[in-house]
Amino acid sequence: MTTKNGTNRTKNGAEAGGDVRLSGISKTYGSFTAVRPLDLTVPQGSFFALLGASGCGKTTTLRMIAGLEEPSSGTVFLGEQDVTHLPPYRRPVNTVFQSYALFPHLDIFENVAFGLRRRGIKSVKKQVGEMLDLVQLGEQARKKPHQLSGGQQQRVAVARALINTPRVLLLDEPLGALDLKLRRQMQLELKRIQTEVGITFIHVTHDQEEAMTMADSVAVMNAGRVEQLGSPADLYENPRTTFVANFLGTSNLIEAEVDSRSGDDVVLRAGDCKLVLPGARCSAPTTAGGKVLVGVRPEKISLTHADEAGAIPAGRNRITGTIADSSFIGVSTQYVVDSPVCPEFEVYVQNIDRDPRLVPGAEVVLHWNPAHTFGLDAAQDIDAGIETVEEEGAAA
Amino acid sequence: MAFFRWLNHRLVVVAGLLTLGYLLLPNIVVTVFSFNEPKGRFNYEWQRFSTDAWTDPCGVADLCGSLSLSLQIAAWATLGATVLGTMIAFALVRYRFRARGAVNSLIFLPMAMPEVVMAASLLTLFLNLGAQLGFWTVLIAHIMFCLSFVVTAVKARVMSMDPRLEQAAQDLYAGPVQTFLRVTLPIAAPGIAAGALLAFALSFDDFIITNFNAGSTVTFPMFVWGSAQRGTPVQINVVGTAMFLVAVLCVLAAMVMSNRRNRRRAS
Repeated sequence: MTTKNGTNRTKNGAEAGGDVRLSGISKTYGSFTAVRPLDLTVPQGSFFALLGASGCGKTTTLRMIAGLEEPSSGTVFLGEQDVTHLPPYRRPVNTVFQSYALFPHLDIFENVAFGLRRRGIKSVKKQVGEMLDLVQLGEQARKKPHQLSGGQQQRVAVARALINTPRVLLLDEPLGALDLKLRRQMQLELKRIQTEVGITFIHVTHDQEEAMTMADSVAVMNAGRVEQLGSPADLYENPRTTFVANFLGTSNLIEAEVDSRSGDDVVLRAGDCKLVLPGARCSAPTTAGGKVLVGVRPEKISLTHADEAGAIPAGRNRITGTIADSSFIGVSTQYVVDSPVCPEFEVYVQNIDRDPRLVPGAEVVLHWNPAHTFGLDAAQDIDAGIETVEEEGAAA
Repeated sequence: MAFFRWLNHRLVVVAGLLTLGYLLLPNIVVTVFSFNEPKGRFNYEWQRFSTDAWTDPCGVADLCGSLSLSLQIAAWATLGATVLGTMIAFALVRYRFRARGAVNSLIFLPMAMPEVVMAASLLTLFLNLGAQLGFWTVLIAHIMFCLSFVVTAVKARVMSMDPRLEQAAQDLYAGPVQTFLRVTLPIAAPGIAAGALLAFALSFDDFIITNFNAGSTVTFPMFVWGSAQRGTPVQINVVGTAMFLVAVLCVLAAMVMSNRRNRRRAS
């Protein structure tokens, strides 16, 4: 019997850990490139999400860390150890598979005990019992997987992996098969378990909300490469590509021309509107006359009826338009505003004081704090990341 | 009218019972006539009840010898065909190799070919090779035609197996051998068992191929055929009934076991 990580294993798997480091790994199948050469460091003990639409290479990346896929090039490090060519059963890494892959011929107890038994540990009863209690399945130990509900199976899959105190736990779309309510519950549950055990979690998902809720840092992947890496708040507030801006939440993107610089700010012109953008929040070159995509999130925008435009404080970015559509959600109202500079401007207005005049057809002024504006390189596809979100939505 | 309405409501049950009767009637006849005491050599007419044949099943010369030979051949043929067939099935499902398509269709050939053709060509082959006809030629022939059935049964099972289960086993520290023994084999087991049962049944009662290739060896089906020319001993019915009972008992035992398991799990 082999022990996966030899002498490195201590009682607390996290202590012996170290970062997961991917250095230049890529994967090609024939002429198809699933993952382009990729460098990524996942800090020890963090909850890390790989986020992207299906086919972006996130699962392949995960499988290369697990050892289920051999990289076409590059190196996988666990701490200081190069594990690139170790088979999966010799890596101190465990996976929670999509659709769980529980062993149908074994009961829950034996499913959870599987890893321990393969490592030659004889007395598994206590550990398995504790692990089943952790995921609240102590009563179900002697049932077969098919007798459990989806949520329970999911917890068994987590327990089966975690009991081995791996240095890294890989989760491949673990919540994809659950309904919305259960998914929310399991998100919190997984986050709790991660905090409790302190093991590095790498979570693959196409659900941006899931990634943002759970992860400390998120790598947004698109077409085999990482578009942007950062904390959820950082990614949301400061997207650096149109894909990230559109894939994470919703962004209003306006094509604008650089007019001038005033101090740290960039002044832009879109149609006959003048917009101000903090220079630090622009990821594109801002030479005068150059094109920039100006972005702003829908919830940062205030909506004022055109009759009261005079009451808007000075120094705010403003755009005029006509309400094309409004839908009342309860906590907020979502408006679609047609404006000469941007055809479908999305605005979310929190439900505090509802102005009864804000109905479709009304002339309005949209305004927001310039500090909430971000700038992107105009050479990109302005709609990148939008379609993919819809596709995923339809598939789910 | 009332009758038609009654029939209409119970059509499925009636059809089911009729089909069952159709299937079971021959077995019932065999069983009933195993308690017959025939006048003369042929056991085709009911005379009177007797348990003579049951108390002395080996009372007819060569019957038990041929039965034991048939059981031996069936056992070895099952073993050989199951092992080889399982490996072929895994190879066909899991690996992409050049002759895969050809093998996939050729494996059905023994099932599709008329048995008598296969029997005759096998005999020609054996004679040309200078093989001595007997136990071994029969066994080789049986393994050959049982193979296709085992491959078909196991292939269906392996194809429906989620490849992620084996990946999960590997991920949980099971090396290739452990993965096969602990995960792959147990999950494929029902398919393998079904293939083995088929192989046993096919081998045990095969007559045509065996008759061509057995030389002077006499298996049970050959014995039955041979004695039918001169008169049928009641013992043949006894053996037939016994086989039937063993099969029924096996099925019942399996049902009871799975019932009990389900009930224990439910509680």
